[in-house]
Amino acid sequence: MLAFLIITAVKLAIIAGVFMTTLAYLQWVERKVIAHVQVRMGPSRVGPHGLLQPLADVIKLITKEGVLPPHVNKFFYLLAPFLAVFMALISISIIPFGTSITIPAFTIGSTVFGPYQTMMELADLNIGVLFILAISSLGVYGIALAGWSSNNKYALLGGLRSSAQMISYELPMSLAIAAPLLSAGTLSLRGISDSQAGYYLGFIPHWAIFQMPFPQIFSFILFMIAAFAETNRIPFDLPEAENELVAGFHVEYSSMTFASFFMAEYANMVTVCSVATLLFLGGWHPLFPASLGSNFVAPLILFIAGAVCIYHGLNPARPLDRITLPVFGVMFFALAGLMAIPQLVPILTPLFWFLAKVGFLLFVFIWIRATLPRFRYDQLMSFAWKFMFPAALINLLITGFLVAWFS
Amino acid sequence: MELFFFSLFALISVVCAINVVLQKHPISSALSLIGVMGSLAVMYLALGAEFIAMAQIIVYAGAIMVLFIFVIMLLNAGAESSRGRSWIVQVLGFPLMVALLGVLCYFSMQWFPDSGFVKFGDFQGGGAQQVGYALFTDYLLPFEVTSVLILIAIIGAIVLARKEMD
Repeated sequence: MLAFLIITAVKLAIIAGVFMTTLAYLQWVERKVIAHVQVRMGPSRVGPHGLLQPLADVIKLITKEGVLPPHVNKFFYLLAPFLAVFMALISISIIPFGTSITIPAFTIGSTVFGPYQTMMELADLNIGVLFILAISSLGVYGIALAGWSSNNKYALLGGLRSSAQMISYELPMSLAIAAPLLSAGTLSLRGISDSQAGYYLGFIPHWAIFQMPFPQIFSFILFMIAAFAETNRIPFDLPEAENELVAGFHVEYSSMTFASFFMAEYANMVTVCSVATLLFLGGWHPLFPASLGSNFVAPLILFIAGAVCIYHGLNPARPLDRITLPVFGVMFFALAGLMAIPQLVPILTPLFWFLAKVGFLLFVFIWIRATLPRFRYDQLMSFAWKFMFPAALINLLITGFLVAWFS
Repeated sequence: MELFFFSLFALISVVCAINVVLQKHPISSALSLIGVMGSLAVMYLALGAEFIAMAQIIVYAGAIMVLFIFVIMLLNAGAESSRGRSWIVQVLGFPLMVALLGVLCYFSMQWFPDSGFVKFGDFQGGGAQQVGYALFTDYLLPFEVTSVLILIAIIGAIVLARKEMD
């Protein structure tokens, strides 16, 4: 019991710390990626390559004065950002990141502890998918209340748009999630991921998007489109459309309350990408089997990244690069070495594949933000009800029929 | 442990339910109602009906109450003005409610005399699989009738909306 509590506390600390840092640095990644898509530099002043920019932003946002406008409904005005962050952060607790970790037995003094085995997640719910859906359906309250309690017409319009949009897109999202569940036969996220282990013909992965009898690629596309709407990202960021609504639902917020809405948005992005990875992209199961060398992908990629860094450090574009890039290169080499240690391979390789897939999906989110314009509001609604919903329904019908036929 | 959680969430749900009635503003009432739904979901969870618990949150707290709040925001309903209540309500309201609860308790004790206390964690089979199996075997007719009812509601909504469009 005590060991369980200690292990859970340690996992909690690690996950919370890594998650918060990720959220802060996602902002940096987003600004850098969009800048490079638009042929700009992006943040580059604070620290090497602007790497300390998130820290500076956090300090700025904390130390700024939090203005409480006189015309707001105080209780709900202060409750709304809290709700938004709470609902966004709680989902990460049931996301599994990889396989299990075994801590070998050790002795302190004369007492023998262990061996302990623990799963790489905080909780494995047997209704994990439903939990994610429930939390995401509650997430709308933060935005709707923020819009309403601000007592501002732009904010109210943003809040209204957001609640209408999230109700509309929740339907196709739930239907798109239901299709892979039919072939997985479980609602636990770990179980779903494990049902996608294995390979057809020895090299085609058993991921849901390739899975027989009916590949779930359509569900995946529908889910991702609905996910963009659920997280209020471009091209569906109507609740905060700058050129129509000033800033939408958070127009009256300042300082940390303002930042908390952004934190919630990024946390929702990470959650949605993790769920997409677990449901459709096989979780931590690699793209090709270990017999074809999938265990060597992680060290190889990190080694190449390190080599590129060192090369550019030797031919620097800016004087500072002569120092910073080799340091990054050495860090990448160290990570590559860590990935290649045989004892750590069963733990780190699944983690690497999971993070790589989530990272790729996050990159797609940012990429689309840099590429696509915003929908018009009536287009958004008719797209949800006239295309997404029937398409998801037909997809579910075909999947259900084929699963029943072949089982 | 379970008793502690039961007491906590029973207390929360009762307080929230009273708050629904006491609050002057519709948004505050609606949010209190969400509190009631949430604590009911926790009780389902404690009883071992995890699927029902999540369905409770998704359907009631997540969909229906969002629509409520949406409508309240759309109509921009202000705080309700309290009209003068008649003396019958002022004098007899609370005693009558207590009497009604007493009668309800009496009859439920009469009809189910041998029912003991609810034991937490005794009930197995509240998962999605068991609920789905029960819905499509024992309760197939009520399930289908409910879906027809919902279809009628949808058709009614479309008819009403079309009249306005013409």
